[in-house]
Amino acid sequence: MGDKTMTADEAVSRLESGTTLGIGGWGSRRKPMALVRALLRSTITDLTVVSYGGPDVGMLAAAGRIRKLVAPFATLDSIPLEPHFRAARESGSLELMEIDEAMFMWGLRAAANRLPFLPVRAGIGSDVMRVNPGLRTVTSPYEDESTGVRETFVAMPALRLDAALVHVNRADRAGNGQYLGPDPYFDDLFCEAARTAYVSCERIVDTAELTKAAPPQTLLIKRLNVNGVVEAPGGAHFTSCVPDHDRDESFQRLYASMPWPEFAERFLAGDEQAYRTAVEAWHEEQS
Amino acid sequence: MSAAPGASPDTTPGSTPGASRGATPSPPRNGVTRAEYCVIACAEAWRGDGEILASPMGPIPSIGARLARRTFSPDLLLTDGEALLVGPDGSPEGWLPYRQHLALVTGGRRHVMMGASQLDRFGNQNISCVGDWERPARQLLGVRGGPVNTLNNPVSYWVPRHSTRVFVEKVDMIGGVGYDSAAAAGPAATRFHRIPRVVSNLGVFDFATEDHSMRLASLHPGVTVEEVVAATGFELTVPADVPYTREPSPAELASIREDLDPKGLRDREVKG
Repeated sequence: MGDKTMTADEAVSRLESGTTLGIGGWGSRRKPMALVRALLRSTITDLTVVSYGGPDVGMLAAAGRIRKLVAPFATLDSIPLEPHFRAARESGSLELMEIDEAMFMWGLRAAANRLPFLPVRAGIGSDVMRVNPGLRTVTSPYEDESTGVRETFVAMPALRLDAALVHVNRADRAGNGQYLGPDPYFDDLFCEAARTAYVSCERIVDTAELTKAAPPQTLLIKRLNVNGVVEAPGGAHFTSCVPDHDRDESFQRLYASMPWPEFAERFLAGDEQAYRTAVEAWHEEQS
Repeated sequence: MSAAPGASPDTTPGSTPGASRGATPSPPRNGVTRAEYCVIACAEAWRGDGEILASPMGPIPSIGARLARRTFSPDLLLTDGEALLVGPDGSPEGWLPYRQHLALVTGGRRHVMMGASQLDRFGNQNISCVGDWERPARQLLGVRGGPVNTLNNPVSYWVPRHSTRVFVEKVDMIGGVGYDSAAAAGPAATRFHRIPRVVSNLGVFDFATEDHSMRLASLHPGVTVEEVVAATGFELTVPADVPYTREPSPAELASIREDLDPKGLRDREVKG
């Protein structure tokens, strides 16, 4: 069992511009923000980002790193609209594949199952078809038992990822990842749909430690789907990573209201440690 | 005064027989606020739904769903808004993470009440963006689960501020599929498609017309037909006799005020 531990910068150094990148979490929940911050420190750009979007999308869009976004939404949860995603859309600087939440999941499932598509009862009748003219439909080869009809569904194409970034509560050095919050989101699916995956975690522990206090079904991510493990305490900040920490609401409000260049200069100019120090200093100013 | 639902064929379930079209004097409101009528109207959406998941979005639909569960729809399942199914007192009875929630949607055993930034005559809904999708004047949330919801389980809508900006002739981006769009898309779209009701701060609306266009089903006491028509940007079917949204029972009112919403979140969402 190899040791896959690395730093966030090392993980990001394995990515390339133009890559298709899946980012785990949901909205402003358990986003791999330390890895996103490492991406922002790199020169990587021209990304196709696949995400249930939150501030990961907002920050990468604000920094001009996204060429194309595949998403059903972008939100900060307690702040409904992601300001930088909005700005990018309203300025026309973002190419968007806007699909429904379930279509998105089926796209990842298709990729994970090495299928070109999966049929979904979603999308038809909506403008998702109009704004994604590349989406095809598929007619069932079977007549429905009750209606006698061969129904036509959207053939949701596989969302194959070059790389996935996710953040979990615990991991071992080999890449077994554990979530301790109530919802796994789709982080395992992101890893399965990707050629390579990088998992950051609040704390790296010994393998035996993972199941000492938590049941085995919390072991969400399997090491065979993982290429790198990054220990990043507070690595989801300012999004939530329960039970380790809740969302930093006051800092999120700052992010949503501060002009991006000022935010980036104050908080993102240095490394992860500098980020933490700057956040602490800001909180102290507020108290 | 809690009227029996469905008193006549022309009466929407959960409404009080009201006055006819025209200069309608408002009935006495007995201290019941508009927000409380909205809670009742939302709660009624889940009447008779049986053992399914009620998915309310927004404070007033949430209070309504919990009220329905506590009173006339005791078999409903409720979520805590995260990954837990919870009883009326908030104690967990099940696990429903996003991935299972999406499967539950396609299985159809759910009735969601979503918001709408725009809603048209046939129930097409938009929360994605305002203006041209290619370069929106105002980017909103995105389609979220609208497309999958509307094709698979009943979807009602909640609009806290009824205006011609929301009730539009044609939505800019169809996320939630309306009756005309579903019909055009064929049997896979129409098979499980149903929009039981729309609740706004002014009244309750349904699609019980021949062409499934929107109909005024009940007025909240204190609201006139003229007010609704003026705030609606498309031609609305208005029956000759429009009932009023029913009164909450004293027990329901006490439950709303003392147990479900003691902090008055409902009044922040709908005034008056």
